[in-house]
Amino acid sequence: MQQEVVLAMLAKEPSQGFQLRARLDRALGPLGEAMNDGQIYVTLRRLEKAGLVAREGLACSPDRPERKVYVLTPAGEERVAEWLREVSWPKPDLAEFHLKLIAAAAAGLADPIGIVDMQRRELLRRLRDVQRAQMAEPDQSDAGLLLEGIVLRLQADLRWLEACERNWSDRRNKG
Amino acid sequence: MNERENVIVSARGLRKEYGSGESLVRAVDEVELEVGRGETLAVMGPSGCGKSTLLHLLGGLDRPTAGELWLNGRRIDGLSERELAQLRRHEVGFVFQAYHLMDELTARENVELPALLAGRTPRGSRRRAEELLEQVGLADRAEHLPSGLSGGQRQRVAIARALANEPQLVLADEPTGNLDSAATLEVLRLFETLHATGLTLLVVTHDERIAATADRLISMRDGAFVDETRLTGGTIGTLADLAGLGS
Repeated sequence: MQQEVVLAMLAKEPSQGFQLRARLDRALGPLGEAMNDGQIYVTLRRLEKAGLVAREGLACSPDRPERKVYVLTPAGEERVAEWLREVSWPKPDLAEFHLKLIAAAAAGLADPIGIVDMQRRELLRRLRDVQRAQMAEPDQSDAGLLLEGIVLRLQADLRWLEACERNWSDRRNKG
Repeated sequence: MNERENVIVSARGLRKEYGSGESLVRAVDEVELEVGRGETLAVMGPSGCGKSTLLHLLGGLDRPTAGELWLNGRRIDGLSERELAQLRRHEVGFVFQAYHLMDELTARENVELPALLAGRTPRGSRRRAEELLEQVGLADRAEHLPSGLSGGQRQRVAIARALANEPQLVLADEPTGNLDSAATLEVLRLFETLHATGLTLLVVTHDERIAATADRLISMRDGAFVDETRLTGGTIGTLADLAGLGS
């Protein structure tokens, strides 16, 4: 996960690691399960080294040991503001699959339509799994919105595969 | 139970032709199909591939040109108009893309109608309608007209109506075609619940989201089945990978 995500989750208020984890869990639902606590602490330590985060002792009752909370430094706050302004988007890697079909057909190594079918099944299985997770989410949940995004992307990919299939069967029929 | 009893629909060499001579179109071309009791089956294909025609044949809305068609162990391809009307009323439920609700009747009255037409008492029909609206999560909307309901709610009323006479088979034609993604999810949830009660569901659709929840998926092109898939087994990677959370 991006360091900036951990940094920005801290912007709300100084927090302990477990509080950050809880905030991420709420936002990610079942997708957060893959994340381990170690990752978060490693990231926090890295951010501390970079001067973006500092650790402070938390005043608490005398009978309990002092607890440490993580806070953003001024540099950290600036980095968060910068990150919010950045436009970034994951790059879909369609070219590799496209070239796989072209290469398979050109060399007569495999039937491109068979390759498309295999890929389609895999995407449908993913769609099935994501939808199952989505159906289990309560209405309006943050994680539900993320799952919705995954569903929409899978649908777009499946439609492209349909176009690939049409195109390659037309080519075959024309001989 | 023998194998025959586990099959609710079966088609052998099923064919439907329109026109003749040069302009002959085979909308359904030698289809072989067996649908198991309790199965959810999706038939996918581009518009014009014959999937709606197939659905109409299976539900007795239209008669095949050739081939055998069996429903609940009874051969139905040669039934008279009258017998087909009986069959549509008692043995199958239909769900359409555009809901086809009566605009001037409330949700409850829409659901009651098929039960009344099938000869149930008004009281029995009403009780059944109330049960069904409860089941589809719309008990509190029973007295609303369709115009006062969202698309997803209208489709759930239409699904309740399809169940009014306790059919063992529900046929759905693009049931999510007019719905946004939240309403689609409502319908998928409902189908899942019905699946758990043992209902057999055959859906023809463009919607990959329905296809992904079906037990079996058939692809149709030019009137014929070209591929069949069971989406068993796991995926490569995890949900988290799909969201870009993989380490």
